[in-house]
Amino acid sequence: MAVNSVHWFRKCLRLHDNPALQEAVNAAHTLRCVYILDPWFAGAANVGINRWRFLGEALEDLDNSLKKFNSRLFVIRGQPTDVFPRLFKEWKVTRLTFEYDPEPYGKERDGAIIKMAQEFGVETVVRNSHTLYNLDRIIEMNNNSPPLTFKRFQTIVSRLELPRRPLPVITQQQMEKCCTKISENHEQLYSIPSLEELGFRTERLPPAVWRGGESEALDRLNKHLDKKVWVANLEHSRINTCSLYASPTGLSPYLRFGCLSCRVLYYNLRELYMKLRKHSSPPPSLFGQLLWREFFYTAATNNPNFDRMEGNPICVQIPWDQNPEALAKWAEGRTGFPWIDAIMTQLRQEGWIHHLARHAVACFLTRGDLWISWESGMKVFEELLLDADWSVNAGSWMWLSCSAFFQQFFHCYCPVGFGRRTDPSGDYIRRYVPILKDYPNRYIYEPWNAPESVQKAANCVVGVDYPKPMINHAEGSRLNIERMKQVYQQLSHYRGLSQLASVPTIQEEAEPPMTDESQTSTSSSSSSSSSPPHPTVMDKYKPKRPTSLDLFPQLPPAGTQVCVCVCVSICYVHVCLCVCFRERERERELGCV
Amino acid sequence: MCSRMKRMKGSEEVSSSSSRSPPETCKKVRKQICEAAVSTDLSERDWASLPQELLLHILQYLPLLDRAYASQVCRQWNQAFHMPELWRCFEFELNQPASSYLKATHPDLIKQIIKRHSNHLQYVSFKVDSSTESAEAACDILSQLVNCSLKTLGLISTARPSFMEVPKSHFISALTVVFVNSKSLSSLKIDDTPVDDPSLKVLVANNSDTLKLLKMSSCPHVSPAGILCVADQCHGLRELALNYHLLSDELLLALSSEKHVHLEHLRIDVVSENPGQHFHTIKKSSWDAMVRHSPKFNLVMYFFLYEDEFGPFFNEEIPVTHLYFGRSVSKEVLGRVGLHCPRLVELVVCANGLRPLDEELIRIAKHCTQLSAIGLGECEVSCSAFVEFVKMCGRRLSQLSIMEEVLIPDHKYSLDEIHWEVSKHLGRVWFPDMMPTW
Repeated sequence: MAVNSVHWFRKCLRLHDNPALQEAVNAAHTLRCVYILDPWFAGAANVGINRWRFLGEALEDLDNSLKKFNSRLFVIRGQPTDVFPRLFKEWKVTRLTFEYDPEPYGKERDGAIIKMAQEFGVETVVRNSHTLYNLDRIIEMNNNSPPLTFKRFQTIVSRLELPRRPLPVITQQQMEKCCTKISENHEQLYSIPSLEELGFRTERLPPAVWRGGESEALDRLNKHLDKKVWVANLEHSRINTCSLYASPTGLSPYLRFGCLSCRVLYYNLRELYMKLRKHSSPPPSLFGQLLWREFFYTAATNNPNFDRMEGNPICVQIPWDQNPEALAKWAEGRTGFPWIDAIMTQLRQEGWIHHLARHAVACFLTRGDLWISWESGMKVFEELLLDADWSVNAGSWMWLSCSAFFQQFFHCYCPVGFGRRTDPSGDYIRRYVPILKDYPNRYIYEPWNAPESVQKAANCVVGVDYPKPMINHAEGSRLNIERMKQVYQQLSHYRGLSQLASVPTIQEEAEPPMTDESQTSTSSSSSSSSSPPHPTVMDKYKPKRPTSLDLFPQLPPAGTQVCVCVCVSICYVHVCLCVCFRERERERELGCV
Repeated sequence: MCSRMKRMKGSEEVSSSSSRSPPETCKKVRKQICEAAVSTDLSERDWASLPQELLLHILQYLPLLDRAYASQVCRQWNQAFHMPELWRCFEFELNQPASSYLKATHPDLIKQIIKRHSNHLQYVSFKVDSSTESAEAACDILSQLVNCSLKTLGLISTARPSFMEVPKSHFISALTVVFVNSKSLSSLKIDDTPVDDPSLKVLVANNSDTLKLLKMSSCPHVSPAGILCVADQCHGLRELALNYHLLSDELLLALSSEKHVHLEHLRIDVVSENPGQHFHTIKKSSWDAMVRHSPKFNLVMYFFLYEDEFGPFFNEEIPVTHLYFGRSVSKEVLGRVGLHCPRLVELVVCANGLRPLDEELIRIAKHCTQLSAIGLGECEVSCSAFVEFVKMCGRRLSQLSIMEEVLIPDHKYSLDEIHWEVSKHLGRVWFPDMMPTW
């Protein structure tokens, strides 16, 4: 019987290291590569023009590569559940292949498609290629819950075998064996939609700073590695003015769209390190960004509410304000803080900002100044940011707003000082907020403090040509630090004076050692049906003794329990705060009321 | 029919003996339950036979909503639902759907509490969102609390300080209702509200014997004289929070008078309303008097100032125990902190200039021998100075938080080595704080 394969491109838009695609060509007689999108939803979906453009370019690149093999990319308009039955019949499909999508929405969609394929007698082959590791395996090793601290995650990962080696790019030979006739009207039926078709206006659209596609990604990878060798700095590079601008060696959007395999990047870095450092094994910090991505994917994979506060077991419930006008000012770069406005403008124009710039604007929107929910910020990033993977975007926003992952919240990025430290000259501001270009360096981060004469000389009067600051940062951060403290003290049952101690300690690090590899069954299939129950945020917090007269009714949130922790840690005995509580505080404790 | 009567009788018996000690009650209940199990078949067993004390004990652990559901089970449980013990503590949550993500206390419940339980209320707080309506609703409830005697009252703005938007007269009259009717207020938390001097006078006139805690940071309508009046009259005051502009030598002397109990916590917020603001100084002798009077008192100071506004601070010894710098603070000021804060327990610095903080940290480690918690945000420190600092403080550092990105690797330590070195000196696993690279 003839094997007619369809490979469904979704998250991995590449021909290199694509195990599902390899399965598709394996002993197949015909192969068609499809990408499904619904132009109806394009306008409505929360995706900005830069992301659509990047996607279009990535698809074009795929199509061009396939053309070299006398094949083409079939872009199908519609919804997967409507499209596939038609394709199955029309093309007499016997095999459907795609990469494993670890995100809850994707898992649900794929479950439905697999079921449908079964009904049509189509074999489905799913392969893991968007993440380095099998995420279910990480969860299993952490006693069936996702690790909630990055350190814990790193520890578990260090016990795993190395990620699977990347596969080579698909070859001419392989493709010849399943060469499929391309119809005359292919262009008419299956072309890549233009931005106009998707409902975007393209006149006066500036050229893309980030060009989508696998070819560009591989090009950048080489430059990226060359640069690492050149600066001979494989680990952290410190932020400076240059790091704020889009770099020709940046890779994150390419990982997001799967134009570059994370495993290819991983092994390239690893080999480079071992070559330069005489075969010593590379430290985890070498893979920083890759591991963070993996960390958030792991945290999100079984949590469909990962992108919201309500019903999200790992998210601290914070009484954020709802303020659409303030949100719009932030999103459109009209806050009156040049540093924030420049970053938001760069994001809107180019689709990428440096991670410290992300920290700055996220902190400003949420716990730092505006006290607006991280969910709103996440949605704006989803629209504008090229590398906003659903899991990574939501996870990072929770992290930056101190809504999860046990962050100390004392540190708020100052919307004036932080920018000035990063780029003292203010050239970054001048580039993205050109109205301020004639301001002297001294005032460019706080134009409202410039004397009127200076404002007039710079042709930009604050309140007329450029907005006044929308908030008094000193006052805002004073209020917000109190609000955060209130929330966290209620969680940790701590009412002492210490600012730092109001953040609950991390129970995870004090948990008994992880399940040993030998004890766990390695039967973790990629489509695990029963997701283990998530530990709620409460389970992770240790109550502390009250130390103040402050005895206002703070009803414990439902489900809080006093948990006795076994203080066993990996290297040292972990001294828990609740155990060796300071004597001084005991003295202060008053038994009244 | 017969078995039901029997159970009813049993439960009455138990509720009449409420003074019995818990173990005895438990025994009795166990016996009862056993009897019930014998006399009726399982499906008919009646939870109403649970004695009131136990029921109360259980209900105390349940959130209000669950208690309300439980109250619909039977008459017994419904009675228990209304027991005064369950209504001593209440937190009113007042939110508008348009401005908050959180649910509000149901208006019917509020009505019921005012009608049936206001005389039971003792520990009350109001959480309001950023809308003025919510703050006004809180004031409306307050003004109806005429026949109650509160021990604690907290007005908490969860987002923006919305009590400040309420007409001052409305707020004051509502608050005064509580001050006048509750003659035994012990704790009062009214940060960010338009409370004023005359209303504080009413507070003092009615509650001076009982007041122990007063938190009123950022209350712009109170004057130094207003707070002085509270300190003069309320000799039991042990915790006080206010803004720096209310702090005076007179206030400190009043708090350290012979009649006054030991002060435990004093929290001062130093906020600059406009750039270049001038701040007054407090005499060292006043602080000395305070320490003599209350040797163990904690002085918590939160600074939200521009770098150039620190002139009047830390030039002389100050008994501060917890210091928080919410904005950038210069190396020079931190150097002065190292010299003049011998009682320092916790230090949090959010940001500092571009030069590393090395010598300042070492000086703080040397002079601040009580220091047990430190948090550093955007403050660059060289790895070797940081290790030296930790080594000097050793295991008394129970809280140590620094951003990984501000540690500058040097010839002695790389970033990967520093966690080992610091962990060694602390005697526990330690890592710098990380932020996601994304």
